[in-house]
Amino acid sequence: MTDRTSAETLNRRRFLGAAGLAGAGAALSAIPTLAGETAKSEALITDVQDWQRYLGDGVDKHPYGVPSKFEKNVIRRDVPWLTVSAESSVNFTPLHDLDGIITPSGLCFERHHGGVAEINPADHRLMINGLVDKPLVFTMDDIKRMPRVNKVYFLECAANSGMEWRGSQLNGCQFTHGMIHNVMYTGVPLKVLLDEAGLKPNAKWLMLEGADSAGMNRSLPIEKALNDVMIAFAMNGEALRPEQGYPLRAVIPGWEGNLWVKWLRRIEAGDQPWQTREETSKYTDLLADGNSRKHTFVMDAKSVVTNPSPQAPLKHKGRNVLSGLAWSGRGTVKRVDVSMDGGRNWQTARIDGPVFDKSVVRFYVDFDWNGQELMIQSRAIDSTGYMQPSKDDLRKVRGVNSIYHNNGIQTWLVRSGGETENVEIG
Amino acid sequence: MSKSANALTLVLAACLLGSIIAPSAAQQMAGREVAKPAGKLGLGRAATAEEIAAWDTDVRPDGRGLPVGKGTVKQGDDLFQEKCASCHGEFGQGVGRWPVLAGGAGTLKADRPDKTVGSFWPDLSTVFDYIKRAMPYGNAQSLTNDEVYALTAYILSMNDIVKDETFELNEKNFTSIKMPNAAAFFEDDRETSEKHFWNKNPCMKDCRPAPKVTGRAMSIDVTPDGKSGPKVE
Repeated sequence: MTDRTSAETLNRRRFLGAAGLAGAGAALSAIPTLAGETAKSEALITDVQDWQRYLGDGVDKHPYGVPSKFEKNVIRRDVPWLTVSAESSVNFTPLHDLDGIITPSGLCFERHHGGVAEINPADHRLMINGLVDKPLVFTMDDIKRMPRVNKVYFLECAANSGMEWRGSQLNGCQFTHGMIHNVMYTGVPLKVLLDEAGLKPNAKWLMLEGADSAGMNRSLPIEKALNDVMIAFAMNGEALRPEQGYPLRAVIPGWEGNLWVKWLRRIEAGDQPWQTREETSKYTDLLADGNSRKHTFVMDAKSVVTNPSPQAPLKHKGRNVLSGLAWSGRGTVKRVDVSMDGGRNWQTARIDGPVFDKSVVRFYVDFDWNGQELMIQSRAIDSTGYMQPSKDDLRKVRGVNSIYHNNGIQTWLVRSGGETENVEIG
Repeated sequence: MSKSANALTLVLAACLLGSIIAPSAAQQMAGREVAKPAGKLGLGRAATAEEIAAWDTDVRPDGRGLPVGKGTVKQGDDLFQEKCASCHGEFGQGVGRWPVLAGGAGTLKADRPDKTVGSFWPDLSTVFDYIKRAMPYGNAQSLTNDEVYALTAYILSMNDIVKDETFELNEKNFTSIKMPNAAAFFEDDRETSEKHFWNKNPCMKDCRPAPKVTGRAMSIDVTPDGKSGPKVE
């Protein structure tokens, strides 16, 4: 009790002290530090700062933990005009503020069709029925007693970059490319659950169904289901976040995010696809001739330079780090090339960090910038030899009414002041 | 510790050398070893017939899953005005930016296609399945089977697929209804129609003429202000 009181007194003093010093600190804060110049002293170094003199927060101030208050702009954002209802909407991962390959759980983009279902895991049930020997019901406890796996996978909405088919529209890779995240999932291979129920030989498709108010449902070919599909209850070491399907979701590696049914409550086995709303009216690709591709499940190889980008302009001449993400639903990323001159000349970027199957990779190019205009692009090549196409090459095949699966090469124009803009080039 | 550090180094080295099999196989193999159960686990319990009936409401294009029931265009019209028109409009024309359900015929090749139930959806079963599971928005699964038949019939009528307001849709005549755009869908053919995107030896130098900016996001300027996100507590 005595300790608490003294800490509060100190905090009050810290507040008063900070107010008095604020003016002086600001006046000295802009110090040129170019090589060769004589550096002037910074008060930040010569004066004892509050955070070194006074006690900081005790251990239980944030029992779960929150990011630094100085990172308050690192958040998901939505595009208000994009959807009519927040319960059936999407927001975007701030790719330009992140690094490495793992997306923090609280920043993974959200897409719901009927809001976030709030389900007590003790009340959650998963049913398997249809063309099986024995229809079964599992509790979360049942599922957590099954053999478990850990895998790092990207989840990309098929509509990621969908607003860019007709041309540059949004300034920021958060909005042009932010319908993706990459986390480590913990769960059970779907095959384990299907083996418990016993699939009949004529079971060729599964229907996955959510427990949310949209009753989200999608059809999934049995070959994929038996290959690498997981039923996950954890991501990044913690339980799934509610907005990511707590307590249980489907993980369909490399395939469009809409198939990754959240709040998963039922799996039905059948001999043909169901043609649900999400696989006929949505998530089909309308081509210029009026015909539409369906069952375009795989996400093609794609990449984006996250820094610099419109929300993360270049701030310094001299040494800089270009950074970005690349991924492929067909396998691993084999190589990423970067161009600074709009695709005339390319250099191979350095990939750093783990390279997993159907996971993003992080790439870097360390470069010097003298203030010249740059047209920055990146292109991914995957383990099947597929190379990310230019936007124009993609439009030649798909037209501009496609909405989904836009994996064309992005161009960022960096102006002489470092300001960066989403542009189309020709 | 040193073991995992070495593994990471190998993964990175394999990547830089262009051999992508090693890291991919490593992640998959780890899964296979752990995932192999020894016979049945004996987990879960049998689902009862009543439980399956409560949840198994899905309907397929061949009519599998259709419940016994019926509803006319006229009945559907009344229901639609009461429960659906506030979002979808009296004639399915949409209110504000809520989904348009009718019209759009002949627009699929146009610059701005209207993809409605009538102009785009290939299967009527999708309408029934979706209304039954998710509509009305915010009050899902509140409609009876007869009401879903009636609403489906009214949507057909709004799209001129049935013309008579006394038309009754039921589980027996349901699969006889063919949707106008049914023939326009084909299976994913990217591996053949986009074969030219597989290119292991792309150009690296002097690959194209000097590019010019032809479009700018700034000229459209619809990007939300980056600083105006939700407040963080």
